[in-house]
Amino acid sequence: MNILIRAICLVGVISLSALVQAQEIKSEDPQASEATLTEQRQATEAEFKSLLEDLNGKSFSAKSKAITALSLLSDDRTLPILKKMQDGELFYRKSDGVIVFVAEVEEGLELTDVISGESLGVVGSRDARKIRINNGVRQQLRSAVALLELASPDRKLRLESARNMIKSPDDSLREVLALASKKEKSDEVKHLLDVAIARIDIQSDDQEVRADAVEVLGTAVEPEAVAVLNSLAKKGEDGKYLESNVEIAKLAELKLKSINTKLGIFKFTENLMFGLSLGSILLLAAIGLAITFGVMGVINMAHGEMIMLGAYTTFAIQQLLPNHINVSLLLAVPAAFLVSGTAGVLIERIIIRHLYGRPLDTLLATFGISLILQQAVRMYRANNVPVVTPDWLSGFWQVNGALSITYNRIYILIFALFVLAALALLLKKTLVGLQMRAVTQNRAMANSMGIRSNWVDALTFGLGSGIAGIAGVALSQITNVGPNLGQSYIIDSFMVVVFGGVGNLLGTFFAAMSLGIVNKFLEPVTGAVIGKIIVLVFIILFIQWRPRGLFALKGRFAED
Amino acid sequence: MLKNSILYTLIMNDKVGRYILAALLALAILVPILNIVMPEDSFLHVPTYTVSLLGKYLCYALLALALDLVWGYCGILSLGHGAFFALGGYAMGMYLMRQIGDRGVYGNAELPDFMVFLNWDSLPWYWLGFDSFTFAMIMVIVVPGLLAFVFGWLAFRSRVTGVYLSIITQALTFALMQAFFLNDFGFGGNNGLTDFKEILGFDIQSDGTRLTLFVLSAVSVILAYLACRFITTSKFGRVLVSIRDAESRTRFLGYRVEHYKLLVFIFSAMLAGIAGALFVPQVGIINPGEFSPINSIEIVIWVALGGRGTLYGAVIGALVVNYAKTYFTGAFPEIWLFMLGGLFVISTTYLPRGIVGVAESLMGKRKARSTHGSDDSPDQSDADNDKNIGEVKS
Repeated sequence: MNILIRAICLVGVISLSALVQAQEIKSEDPQASEATLTEQRQATEAEFKSLLEDLNGKSFSAKSKAITALSLLSDDRTLPILKKMQDGELFYRKSDGVIVFVAEVEEGLELTDVISGESLGVVGSRDARKIRINNGVRQQLRSAVALLELASPDRKLRLESARNMIKSPDDSLREVLALASKKEKSDEVKHLLDVAIARIDIQSDDQEVRADAVEVLGTAVEPEAVAVLNSLAKKGEDGKYLESNVEIAKLAELKLKSINTKLGIFKFTENLMFGLSLGSILLLAAIGLAITFGVMGVINMAHGEMIMLGAYTTFAIQQLLPNHINVSLLLAVPAAFLVSGTAGVLIERIIIRHLYGRPLDTLLATFGISLILQQAVRMYRANNVPVVTPDWLSGFWQVNGALSITYNRIYILIFALFVLAALALLLKKTLVGLQMRAVTQNRAMANSMGIRSNWVDALTFGLGSGIAGIAGVALSQITNVGPNLGQSYIIDSFMVVVFGGVGNLLGTFFAAMSLGIVNKFLEPVTGAVIGKIIVLVFIILFIQWRPRGLFALKGRFAED
Repeated sequence: MLKNSILYTLIMNDKVGRYILAALLALAILVPILNIVMPEDSFLHVPTYTVSLLGKYLCYALLALALDLVWGYCGILSLGHGAFFALGGYAMGMYLMRQIGDRGVYGNAELPDFMVFLNWDSLPWYWLGFDSFTFAMIMVIVVPGLLAFVFGWLAFRSRVTGVYLSIITQALTFALMQAFFLNDFGFGGNNGLTDFKEILGFDIQSDGTRLTLFVLSAVSVILAYLACRFITTSKFGRVLVSIRDAESRTRFLGYRVEHYKLLVFIFSAMLAGIAGALFVPQVGIINPGEFSPINSIEIVIWVALGGRGTLYGAVIGALVVNYAKTYFTGAFPEIWLFMLGGLFVISTTYLPRGIVGVAESLMGKRKARSTHGSDDSPDQSDADNDKNIGEVKS
């Protein structure tokens, strides 16, 4: 039986090489290859159909033959069919034996023709039957699917397939893999294939082959490869290697050392990335606070609720446009800015205006506002609301086997930097910005130069709150949106402002990023909570050294 | 004799405070009598439940006094006074935990239930000594005092003031809350300390114990009031007020501002710790929620609404707000937070001197109308003096 499979595989391998050669020709001379490919297609269409019919042949050996033959044809339709069959979900219509895909609907089963992709209507649940497979056929399918995937012109598919090969090694596929590796042009895929082969070879009886395999595994960072090396280098209680071949065990140990250095670097990169993304969240949350505090000298305790309003605006817009999730998030940014900004201006005009020169009272009044807003939202919806993440934000970027970064982290980092840049431009290049800076530095002098500082205050408060709203949009993508959303970020934001210095974008930026990174590096060592406490204590001590933050304003105006 | 005269001046010069003290004293005497003597179906009977509730309010009043001393008189707006309160409470809770002995769920005489649950095999070092009531009571004062000393020394020395200080105190209590939520921290984690049985051998649930605790709370408030009154009317107190109103100027006059601040901050923290220690046996539980920033900030609203810078204002504010809280969270749970939020806004924008301020200005008008300012008694001038102290420039 084994010999038979090997033989079939060999056939597959040979044909694969032919196929790859054909592709090479194609890339060398596009016109010529186009011609050959169309000819091939025409010649095989009938053959393709008959082979498909054989998939539901009388004997399993007939099925196996059909699978092998199909895998030799370059037809895009083959792969999904074989995959379905592998999963045991390929059906045939009972009446005429036509092979179909099946989707369960209320009335019964909806059939789709596998060749044309046309719907064949809905039939009763007994009118279509599964194509039966046995272990031999399943094995056959595995290699056929692997063959097709590895020969696919789509690099992503090959990469994916190679990764799966590492995860589930199968010694019957070794030849397929070896050949694919030989023909592979992409270094990344080739490397993965070699690792997959090495994982198979390590089970071999030939010690030299095993040693070579260890060498290859030593260049990999995939967790599976590292696990193999770890088990090879494992020592028993008596201090001797569990592995019978000491040479190999030693080699594995040596390789592990260099791998661990590499993994350390990746871990570091990952932490850095997590830290930067946490930092960008903190930056978004704190930047508005820094402006209002800097310009007006008041702490806005309702800042967290402005963030919450932004997040709920995102939710509301998604409710309004349930079919345009991708667009709704982009729409939510200006909408949240407007909603939170308006709320900010209202709060300033109605309450804070009366409390100038009394920062502690402002703190208390805004805290009251935050309670009211929270309760208002809680009465609207007591629980968390579901905010949908659009497709382009989900998913992750697999750098290599040991390191992957989710897209939303990258986007939030970019977004935070964008907001920071926009704000810096506003402050440095516009008249409003100029006036804001003037009021920050010396209110009385600004007034006497004809700046209406109370309007600047209102605008500043609106701007700070609006940016908090934007932060809410970003936060809605990575955390639960509920009435307490703002509360969980407000203290952290304060820490950023206190750490970075008041009214200073650069200070806020550095403070947010360094706090984010420090937090994420402490987390694995001390645990999340202790890490947070250490950071808080650090800031309390830091204040001793620099009571006005990292980048304090200098000069006479800095003193109150 | 000297002590008597100090007490006499303290009481005689404090017109409103006199009534408040009298009322507290009456409460301390009347409530137990009404609870014990009156038959249960009588209109005048005070059920034990109410006694405990009143006791709780009195603990809050003590806490409010502590905060008013630092905020109203020295301008230090602490948003972390709940931390000192909770630490005092934990010290008391630890003593009560040790009193449970082997009557816990697991019947382990050596370890509290939660430690057995966590598979700890011995008592952590910081639990040692809490079998002794005296030691625990010392800790009730020392632990908050020590924290206040370390924190205050660091903060005041580097001249962290105003909103910065407020935010840092809030961060402090937030950090403590996070720490106490941890199981590994050794204070019962999320659930805190509860299931208390006895205090000094008396059943903690019994009416007698509850009455005693209530009377103790009332007496503590009275004593603390007198102590605070003594401090604020002394020369030390005058310096505190001048620090509040013009810190730099006081420093330039040669006073070591940070020493004054530190002392009053430590004293206030100790008072808060005592309040916590009285609070825990009356409510029967202490958990990390007491550290939450919102609790600390609620204390501020008691003082702000009552009238900061007047000690009796703090007491009145604590009683009024907490009574309102009990009533509204029972009757209209949804609107309580609206009301609390509204209180913050209104008391800061429209009532900067609180209920007491409103009452005073009403009384002042009436008085002015009836006497046309001919009254020049020492009493009156002293009240004016008080008013000046009471005015807060935060």
